Amino acid sequence: MTNLIILPILIPLFTGVILIFLNKRITGQRVVATISSISTMIAAGLIVQKVRTDGIQFLNMSSWDAPFGITLVSDMFSALLVLTTSLISFVCLIYSFKSIGEEREKYYYYAVFNFLLVGVNGAFTTGDIFNLFVFFEVMLMSSYVLLVLGGTKIQLRESIKYLLVNVISSALFVIAVAYLYSVVGTLNMAHISSRINEISVNGMPGILTVIAVLFLIVFGLKGAIFPLYFWMPGSYYAPPTPVLALFGALLTKVGVYSITRTYTLFFYHDIEAFGILSILAILSIVFGVIGAIAYWDIKNIIIYNIIIAVGVILYGVSVMNIASISGAVYYLIHDMIIKAALFLLIGIVIKITGTSNLRNMSGLITRYPGLGWTFFIASLALAGIPPLSGFVGKLLIVQGGFEGESFIGGFITLMSSLLVLFSVMKIFINGFWGKDRIYSGEEKAPVKQLLIAPVILVVISAFYGIGTESILPYITQAAHTLINPNLYIDAVLKE
Amino acid sequence: MEILMAFVIGILFMTATYLMLSKSLLRIIVGTGLLSHGAHLLILTMGGLKRGAAPILGGNAENYTDPLPQALILTAIVISFGVTAFFLVLAYRTYQELGTDNVEEMRGTEKDD
Repeated sequence: MTNLIILPILIPLFTGVILIFLNKRITGQRVVATISSISTMIAAGLIVQKVRTDGIQFLNMSSWDAPFGITLVSDMFSALLVLTTSLISFVCLIYSFKSIGEEREKYYYYAVFNFLLVGVNGAFTTGDIFNLFVFFEVMLMSSYVLLVLGGTKIQLRESIKYLLVNVISSALFVIAVAYLYSVVGTLNMAHISSRINEISVNGMPGILTVIAVLFLIVFGLKGAIFPLYFWMPGSYYAPPTPVLALFGALLTKVGVYSITRTYTLFFYHDIEAFGILSILAILSIVFGVIGAIAYWDIKNIIIYNIIIAVGVILYGVSVMNIASISGAVYYLIHDMIIKAALFLLIGIVIKITGTSNLRNMSGLITRYPGLGWTFFIASLALAGIPPLSGFVGKLLIVQGGFEGESFIGGFITLMSSLLVLFSVMKIFINGFWGKDRIYSGEEKAPVKQLLIAPVILVVISAFYGIGTESILPYITQAAHTLINPNLYIDAVLKE
Repeated sequence: MEILMAFVIGILFMTATYLMLSKSLLRIIVGTGLLSHGAHLLILTMGGLKRGAAPILGGNAENYTDPLPQALILTAIVISFGVTAFFLVLAYRTYQELGTDNVEEMRGTEKDD
């Protein structure tokens, strides 16, 4: 038991409360938000080290013993995700200083930003299925506010749809938890897993497959997998860049995390559910690629790249062997970092050119070489060119896919990298090469200050790729726990 | 009793689906409210509708009720209450800004903004 693992939830929570009272003092808000972000990052780093040396950490809230109270559990997978989350939120925060605008800052932008982190970190850390629902709601409620903050027409219009989709999926989440409770009679995730294991000795009961599919629908709506991503291109198009980067890097990944957690912990007996997951993951890759190639709008291209990445990660999860799961974990973290970087970069491009249509821009590299080359490196990392970070994750996933004799999926994952490269190079060739143009409103964009944030992320991504040797033990430990649910169960229940 | 509850929940879901498929924003919001009511009743029913004493240690009763579904419902009700309130305000603001509550007219692409 350690109190350390609740810090990444508590620090943003208290910061959010303090920031509400500071709403008219922008400098004060910035200072408090930065300090809290850095301390969250330190706490998350300490948790990763603690889990590395001492194994899975947990905390029984109010000292109610494990299956009865609410338990927070930090295994390596969730610890790494919490660390990545606090890193990305720190970078988005720096970026917000220069780009979000005074109006939004005065109206609780930083406070809601911190509440969003409470939800995300909580969802990664909790070990209780209903508590997961509660943290989802905290996260969603903040995301509604961030999406609509500013109140332009497009934001209002898209927020309505986003909210409706998520209200329905929350109702489905409650329904899924209700069914699960009626079957296993517990809410603690470790306890659910051990009970499902007991009743599945003669094959899994059909009702559990229904519950597995319900969970897939609920989390798939959040994580934007194949038939359920319809809301995403519209909704993510509306908010300003730092919010878009946060959503693209964090929110969908919470859905992916939850699918991974529930499928590896609860439903690992269920071959049919894994089959469905595998098919949907592959279809997500295919449809994401089609979208990414088809659009001439830089925001839409990157948004469709989220769907591809979600497909690749979930394909790795669905194969469920040690190589593919390590690959999925590695690729998940890589994708969070690089998607945030790409969104921030195209945010700068939009700020300079005043448009997101690729046909209306060209020749940016002549006057903004730093921006151009950072974007170039980020797109290579996204496509998975060695030695950058996307390579190792995809290699492991494809290797796992071929070992698991799932050749079609492995092949499609490989092919998708090529088309991903094409989709981002399209931005580079049309937007950065070619004849230099003069854009109205160009002088106002503080490009140098804005560029700091994405450069930090791209450098981290490069080290993440080059230093794989030293990072891989952490990833393997995470994958090891995911493959052996008994480690998780023993750590939580037997103490 | 569980059978009866199953019908009640089914009717709630049915009505909710019907309302959410309509074009008026207000009907959609009422629909989401009914949907969450159905989900909450479902939790209660799935926990088993038992009659018994309050689950307090030392009560020496024959049966105890299950406190967990009640705790879950309470949490879920509070959350859906908050979300519905936010939804209503958002719908009102959208109506003010866009001048319509018909979702057909909110279908937009990025180009027309």
